[in-house]
Amino acid sequence: MARKLPRKDVVIIGLGWTGSIMAYELADAGLDVIAIERGPWRNTATDYPPGYAADELRYRIRHELFLSPSQTTFTFRNKMSEAALPIRSWGAFMPPNGVGGGGVHWNAETWRFLPSDFMLKTHLTERYGASFLPEDMTIQDWGVTYDELEPHYDRFEYLCGTSGQAGNIKGTIMDGGNPFEGPRSRAYPNPPQDQPFGHTLFGKAARDLGYKPFPQPSGNMSRPYQNPLGVRLGPCTYCGFCEWFGCGNYSKASPQTTILPALVRKPNFTARDNSEVTRINVDGSGKRTTGVTFVDASGDEWEQPADLVVLSAYTIFNVQLLLLSGIGKAYDPAANTGVIGRNFTHQTISDVVSFFDPAKFVFNPFIASGAIGMCIDEFNGDNFDHGPHGFVGGGYMGHVQTNGRPIETTPVPPGTPLWGAAWKKAVKENYQSAIKPGTGVHGSMYSYRDVYVDLDPTYKDRFNRPLARITMDFHDNEIKQNKFLTDKFAEIFQAMGAKQVHKEYRKGPYDITKYQTTHLCGGAIMGTDPNTSALNRYLQSWDVPNLFVMGASAFPQNAGYNPTGTVAALAYWAADAILSKYLKNPGQLINA
Amino acid sequence: MRSVAKLALATFTLAAGVSGAMSAGLQDFAAVERGRYLTNAADCGSCHTVPGSDRPFSGGRPIETPFGVLVAPNITPDRETGIGAWTDEELEAALRKGVRRDGKWLYPAMPFPYFARMTQEDVKDIRAYLSTVEPVHNPVPVNQLPFPLNQRVAMTVWDRLYFTPGEFMVQSDKSEQWNRGAYLVEGPGHCGACHTPKTFLGGDKSDKRLQGYTLQGWVAPDITSGQGPLAEWSADDLAQYLKTGHNRFAAAAGLMGEVVELSTSKLSEDDVKAMAVYLKNQSGPKPAADSSADSHVLAAGGAIYQDLCSSCHKSDGSGVPDLIPNLAKAATVNMGDPTTVLRVVLQGAQSVATDKEPTGPAMPAFGWQLNDAQVAAVATYVRNHWGKAPPVSEDQAKKERAQLDTRTN
Repeated sequence: MARKLPRKDVVIIGLGWTGSIMAYELADAGLDVIAIERGPWRNTATDYPPGYAADELRYRIRHELFLSPSQTTFTFRNKMSEAALPIRSWGAFMPPNGVGGGGVHWNAETWRFLPSDFMLKTHLTERYGASFLPEDMTIQDWGVTYDELEPHYDRFEYLCGTSGQAGNIKGTIMDGGNPFEGPRSRAYPNPPQDQPFGHTLFGKAARDLGYKPFPQPSGNMSRPYQNPLGVRLGPCTYCGFCEWFGCGNYSKASPQTTILPALVRKPNFTARDNSEVTRINVDGSGKRTTGVTFVDASGDEWEQPADLVVLSAYTIFNVQLLLLSGIGKAYDPAANTGVIGRNFTHQTISDVVSFFDPAKFVFNPFIASGAIGMCIDEFNGDNFDHGPHGFVGGGYMGHVQTNGRPIETTPVPPGTPLWGAAWKKAVKENYQSAIKPGTGVHGSMYSYRDVYVDLDPTYKDRFNRPLARITMDFHDNEIKQNKFLTDKFAEIFQAMGAKQVHKEYRKGPYDITKYQTTHLCGGAIMGTDPNTSALNRYLQSWDVPNLFVMGASAFPQNAGYNPTGTVAALAYWAADAILSKYLKNPGQLINA
Repeated sequence: MRSVAKLALATFTLAAGVSGAMSAGLQDFAAVERGRYLTNAADCGSCHTVPGSDRPFSGGRPIETPFGVLVAPNITPDRETGIGAWTDEELEAALRKGVRRDGKWLYPAMPFPYFARMTQEDVKDIRAYLSTVEPVHNPVPVNQLPFPLNQRVAMTVWDRLYFTPGEFMVQSDKSEQWNRGAYLVEGPGHCGACHTPKTFLGGDKSDKRLQGYTLQGWVAPDITSGQGPLAEWSADDLAQYLKTGHNRFAAAAGLMGEVVELSTSKLSEDDVKAMAVYLKNQSGPKPAADSSADSHVLAAGGAIYQDLCSSCHKSDGSGVPDLIPNLAKAATVNMGDPTTVLRVVLQGAQSVATDKEPTGPAMPAFGWQLNDAQVAAVATYVRNHWGKAPPVSEDQAKKERAQLDTRTN
């Protein structure tokens, strides 16, 4: 029997980026806020100090910062006809765990989506006609526009101290920035990071080919920065240990380096770590949550009553918790009814590995940061005419070589033996003169009727709750998109003077064992119609109005960018709606 | 200040008329507010509250002195175990004369030689504020000193040697700001209690005021501004440090972190500036440059520095303003006594977080991965490569490590 704790105004489930943003915004407005986090509290100096933060074996290979599959996992299958099996070692994506969430171990690639991305269904239908889209594609408009989100993107970039070059300030196209981006209200808070040799060459080659390359917007600091909350970050040292790692020297934007120091000073904020929410409680009407039930590290069960619940865990666990709590109708792909679990997506990424003459090219790949690099956006979203190509979607592509770490950075030309003396010789010869971008082609993945999350009929977690089950495969549209983009990407490396260019196309079936990105999206999507979305345009549950659900689980489909910028902008947008609309008149904000 | 003084006088008269002996009564909001401010300025809460306790001023915190441990008493208004039954005069005698209610002498862990400089009105305001805090019944066994030090009568001799009674005297040839700073530094702020070198009896070496002392496992650096470690700090740098815990050179941690958190960060901008102006006007000696460091040790220390330290402190030791200390200019690094450097290298340090500088960056511990020789080498490097503070021996590192193993704070 759960013991009942004193009521709070707000309970936040998961203290990552969105949980931290919501906690700060709501506590700052005077609400009594508690955040409940499944994993441990983490601080820079005590949990990933420079003395061992750069331990590739510990963090990259052995996954120290991530959720342990023995704590909870999910099952996977490619097709609805298959039996799903539980994942026992993470592969395609890395479920975060602990305070700071994925914000601790991300690369800090901080993008905005294109204005047309938010109106995707309308935009593509108007331009190409409904018949151009695959029949089983279930893309939707978001219900929110780029212009509405712009101030919130801006807040996140200034929170993080994003280093970048604006491409469009209030409609004026800026030299050296991304000319395709939506208009921004002002420049980035910090100039772009310095670009190493290889990245600079890529930029030059792209320019020679007629593209407009620009430095990737980066949450790694190009200079010291103090954000609007008074929290300071130090300059990046280009050590190349961002993704999979915590930053030891306060130079990567994370909840720890941007929000938490200010948040923990608020007396009306409390956090409980190592405590897992097992259920969002709903009253007899089914229309109102009364708080959450969680289990602490001792295995004791507690009920935390609250007037408002913010669900801000990782994508798949947001969806699982909604399904387990019976909130919203579960998606049924056969009947095409229900909303929780639908429009589940990931990312369509691929890479090109290039080999240059070691006598002429020394790239020093270890001089890097998670978001360093030169990118082009000509083939993203609907920045180009898809008519002749027979697919929709796209992505940015860039030479974003995030590291030269010793265990993984062993690019060798195709045909080299996989081990032994010849392999060692090839590694030695190519380490300094090969390019294998950490982020290469970063393509969109659109949504389909048979790609979704539901509850597994067989496998249970440690609380005897069904695991989430992922059913996911690549569709022809994404395979075609990726071939087109990868070929374009390879041309740039050819132009740089590579002697050999090896394209690693993304092909089906979707492989859950190999890392792609951690950008799982959808499953509890926002939209304008309660029949096809779980949340309204303010991320408020259509079914339970005192529940707001953050994160990329709200994306109706995934665009060709890293999602964090948009995830955070949506959190600020939702916080603003709660403070300016919901609190004045708690209830459903949209009459649908 | 003038208007505050007038107000104080007015309330004094008013209160005296109403309640007789209780000059600034409980109901006197202005006196209570001034008292709260002065209680912060005097940092009473630091010693008289167990860190992390939600019962402020209820005593019980062990105070480490060179002679043994004293435990700070309960100063809540509890009549039995606190100071609730004390008259204003009795409290004033304790604060300004070091004489207890029972007539016995206080040990100077209670900085009454400094508080003696406070005005009578300020002491009364502190009393007015302390009367408003929650009374806590908490008997504290105060004196845990060994014989003969546990004989308080010994304090009569001490007082004769080291205690000069008398209120702060305004120096008319100095500015109002300087005098305000002097009052705060020499009176309630009791800066010299830590920063002035002590004789073997624990009394201030009056000819070396504010020139640095080591206590409770930390170096309280020379805070004169002559040629010492603060020579390059401007008054604004110093004021910023007191107010926020951070500036372009240094970050407050350890005991000073506590002072900033509980005391100086709560003072007004004008008051910390006044303290800074006064301190910048205190002359001190130029430390002798030491060139005796072994070049091999410096080379080893430099290599360790580049590997482990430079990612935050930069290759040239300059750090990041207001975030990561500048090792070439941080006072505690460049003192003759390496205690703080060794402690921070071995154990790490959590800098203070304040409203103005909420970041509170921390330095990780390196004691687990560096042996004594390596700790000594890197400490020597950071002290002797940019500045010329004396080298640190392996034996000093070993002793500091052993010291820290026995420390509970």
